[in-house]
Amino acid sequence: MTSHTFKPDMPPPSKVFGPVAWMRQNLFSSWINTLLTLFAIYLIWLVVPPLLSWAIFDANWVGTTRADCTKAGACWVFIEQRFGQFMYGYYPQALRWRVDLTVWLAIIGVAPLFIKVMPRKAIYGLSFLFIYPIVAYFLLHGGVFGLDQVATSQWGGLMLTLVIATVGIAGALPLGVVLALGRRSEMPAIRVMCVTFIEFWRGVPLITVLFMSSVMLPLFLPEGMNFDKLLRALIGVILFQSAYVAEVVRGGMQAIPKGQYEAAAAMGLGYWRRMGLVILPQALKLVIPGLVNTVIALFKDTSLVIIIGLFDLLNSVKQAAADPKWLGMATEGYVFAALVFWIFCFGMSRYSMHLERKLDTGHKR
Amino acid sequence: MKMLKSTLAVVAAAAALGLTGFAQAGAKLDAIQKKGFIQCGVSDGLPGFSVPDASGKIQGIDADFCRAVAAAVFGDATKVKFSQLNAKERFTALQSGEIDILSRNTTWTSSRDASMGLVFPGFVTYYDGVGFLANSKLGVKSAKELDGATICIQAGTTTELNVSDYFRANNLKYTPITFDTSDESAKSLESGRCDVLTSDKSQLYAQRSKLASPKDYVVLPETISKEPLGPVVARGDEDFSTIVRWVGYALLNAEEAGVTSKNVEAEAKSTKNPDVARLLGADGDYGTQLKLKKDWVVQVVKQVGNYGEMFEKNLGAGTPLEIARGQNALWNAGGIQYAPPVR
Repeated sequence: MTSHTFKPDMPPPSKVFGPVAWMRQNLFSSWINTLLTLFAIYLIWLVVPPLLSWAIFDANWVGTTRADCTKAGACWVFIEQRFGQFMYGYYPQALRWRVDLTVWLAIIGVAPLFIKVMPRKAIYGLSFLFIYPIVAYFLLHGGVFGLDQVATSQWGGLMLTLVIATVGIAGALPLGVVLALGRRSEMPAIRVMCVTFIEFWRGVPLITVLFMSSVMLPLFLPEGMNFDKLLRALIGVILFQSAYVAEVVRGGMQAIPKGQYEAAAAMGLGYWRRMGLVILPQALKLVIPGLVNTVIALFKDTSLVIIIGLFDLLNSVKQAAADPKWLGMATEGYVFAALVFWIFCFGMSRYSMHLERKLDTGHKR
Repeated sequence: MKMLKSTLAVVAAAAALGLTGFAQAGAKLDAIQKKGFIQCGVSDGLPGFSVPDASGKIQGIDADFCRAVAAAVFGDATKVKFSQLNAKERFTALQSGEIDILSRNTTWTSSRDASMGLVFPGFVTYYDGVGFLANSKLGVKSAKELDGATICIQAGTTTELNVSDYFRANNLKYTPITFDTSDESAKSLESGRCDVLTSDKSQLYAQRSKLASPKDYVVLPETISKEPLGPVVARGDEDFSTIVRWVGYALLNAEEAGVTSKNVEAEAKSTKNPDVARLLGADGDYGTQLKLKKDWVVQVVKQVGNYGEMFEKNLGAGTPLEIARGQNALWNAGGIQYAPPVR
């Protein structure tokens, strides 16, 4: 008896499978695609090698002064020397551990919220939200418990950028949600107030708000009475951003079908529970991309505080580049600032994508 | 150095409305002595004038002037706190009392002196003016030879106006290229897009040191506008503005008399020169007349240096800026820095 053995399968023809096929299909499928591909390769060849040699191979990494930058490429020595200033501004060197501690507390405090099995997450999260800002304020500003006071005029660098961005968002989110609810309220007085507020703050550029808070406001106060410049800027940023958040949230609420409102009402829920338990959870989930967009925009807008003489990351870089000992190092400084901004913004946008996937309940179309 | 017209209007309007309170004579000085330090407004980063170093300490001739005032008032040059201000907010800060003295490369003009509740005490820290930075390959020795040149200008500054006035007055033709930032205009000079770059002279030196090969560029000798830069104080306290003025004059007088931070203490004890004795408080009572201590000039010169030392340390040949004294030399050395005598 002869047993029949099948021949092994032939490999698929290289024309339909494997890298070569992929390239044929995607990069060289027609003459116009071929042309575009070649052009793109040429562009990459034109830009990438000089960039790499400037930023890495020909760059100067070690040294302490401008004179140590002997090679043709970038002088990263400048960044190394001024790194502390870019991160903390003029926060006294001996006290910078307080800034570090504030950041670590935030990281450690938030971490449990990411543990899936953690019980009573909501209570923990809320209490963290209330306690942390107070702790952070006393740590950064000092003046109590034997901590030396550090005036906000000495705050700067990335630290100031983060302070403005986080305080701005933490203040603007709740205010924005309230405004959005107010704008859709059935009570005319509240509705008119909210609409006026939102339209007023959306109608002026942030730079004007900051300028007014810093240059005009002091003229209307009695002489010798000053409030803190940073506080003025923060209030301006919060009011401004809350108007944007309100409109984003309102968009989400409009997308919820009317049936949901009616169903919630039919269950006998009052206004606040109707909104808090049924409408807002759905609406906020819908507008995550919009909210993150606002957050990222705010993070980048923080550099506008340059107009009122606060020294955020970008402004610190600019100022360090004006030091006569480091003149001409502006390019390195700006590249560094761009990199830091990009890391933060990219991180935020990845996190928002993750959130969307996690909260997805199959409503996507 | 220049200010937006709109800001001027706003500030002037506010001053006209009487929103800024006018203090009584001596009130400011009393308040400063009570709080124990001087709040000094400086720029947000101008090489050689006021710029923070790696440790965050403000360096520059404008900052040193505030230290000199602190040394005169308190006998301690460290009793000064700096506020870094940009061009738009500097006058408001002074008017609202946020700062006591503005030492921020501010041009002394009649309108600023008259209309904004401010007063220039009269000491000029630095005589500046619009000049030209040219590639030495051009072979140009004077701005008069710049007929047909392409000129890089920073947009929105009074430099634009000064240059057009100068070229029209001298019947020369030129092509302006305007840029937003000084970095851009420096790069264009380097790449050859323009033949010369124009800005205030103090800036030109800073611009030159940014270039890849600073030696290939020269600052032309002409100065085509007057920009005397000096400290400003709020109106209403003659005592304080007199002190500020005389601290400046003391710095000049010390240089003129050859009193430096190194020899000032020895001179104060053993000088034979009556002028120096009066200046340093060994003879007479000139310090107390100014409501200062008798040895105020000794403290100023010992802790900050005389005018020449301040200039050399921040702007002079030993710094990357390499600015020549020029107009800022003493009157007896070819410049126009002239101080009335202490007596």
